[in-house]
Amino acid sequence: MNDEQLLRYSRQIMLPEIDAGGQLRLAQATALVIGLGGLGSAASIYLATGGVGHLVLVDYDKVDLSNLQRQILYATRDVGSRKTESAAAHLRALNPDVQLTLIDRALEGEELLAAVRAADVVVDASDNFRTRFAVNEASVRAGTPLVSGAAIRFEAQVSVFDPRNPESPCYRCLYGERAAIDETCTANGVIAPLLGIIGSLQAAEAMKLIMGIGRTLHGRLLLFDLLEMEWREARLKKDPDCPVCGSGRAQRDERTPPKTQAADA
Amino acid sequence: MATVWIPTPLQALTGGEATVRATGGTVKELVEDLDRSYPGFKEAIVGEGVLVRPGISVVVDGSVVKKGLLHPVGAESEVFFIPAIGGG
Repeated sequence: MNDEQLLRYSRQIMLPEIDAGGQLRLAQATALVIGLGGLGSAASIYLATGGVGHLVLVDYDKVDLSNLQRQILYATRDVGSRKTESAAAHLRALNPDVQLTLIDRALEGEELLAAVRAADVVVDASDNFRTRFAVNEASVRAGTPLVSGAAIRFEAQVSVFDPRNPESPCYRCLYGERAAIDETCTANGVIAPLLGIIGSLQAAEAMKLIMGIGRTLHGRLLLFDLLEMEWREARLKKDPDCPVCGSGRAQRDERTPPKTQAADA
Repeated sequence: MATVWIPTPLQALTGGEATVRATGGTVKELVEDLDRSYPGFKEAIVGEGVLVRPGISVVVDGSVVKKGLLHPVGAESEVFFIPAIGGG
């Protein structure tokens, strides 16, 4: 790191848990951010300013006026532009050191798996179950830790699934099959700061995973109710019969993992 | 009686109540007790047979339980039904 970088990250480097070694690990790391909606905005901003060296940003959508209430990567002038390009301009202005790879299409199958495998950590900030299950499956197959966040209305959930640990549960252990109804922020609404709270937590967990510090949300699901301003925690164990990470894995039908979709929420 | 936390999408069934009390020795019995007070509750939670609907997770006393509806509950247990959230 040069003097400017030492100064830029000085408030993190002065933390003994991080130090220069931790900052260097961040600089050498790749984080894959799936979805550049509300969660992806907050998460990618903190990953970039915090010094994660390489961000791979995935979203095929364009900026809509109705996104601006909560998707803090974008300004009014960005309406109609590709989210990846607008996001990149914002993040480069925040921190020109960060290398950005932009993927403005849905990732699927082997391409999704390769992107997950090439990353040190995956941040799932998508807005639909189809993508969430596909990213989870790729995370388990690639052995890349996954920071999962979701938000709607005044409620949110966040957890870490870390397949490097054989005892780790995965997203599928938590919810089983896909829910029949995909509740989206578009259809149900969401209060703006909720995305910032949860996206920031995702960035924090991703940075901890990269640096190997502290205790992550591995094996724990955090539930947040903004209206009541209450946090709850549920302990989560691996489902030994899980078709993605457990014994059911060998028995399940081989199929192509489904597509990711854009994060509008 | 166990305390049951009702997720927002199901609070329409409980008249807006976020927390209700119910009697039963298993999650299934709690759900059936709640269905008597709040018709439609069981249908919202239970899928085929003794399985919880996909996309709903059951938490008893702070742990996600694998046995779902068959999991035992105590008189002072706290039970949550957590619907998966897709939004982001």
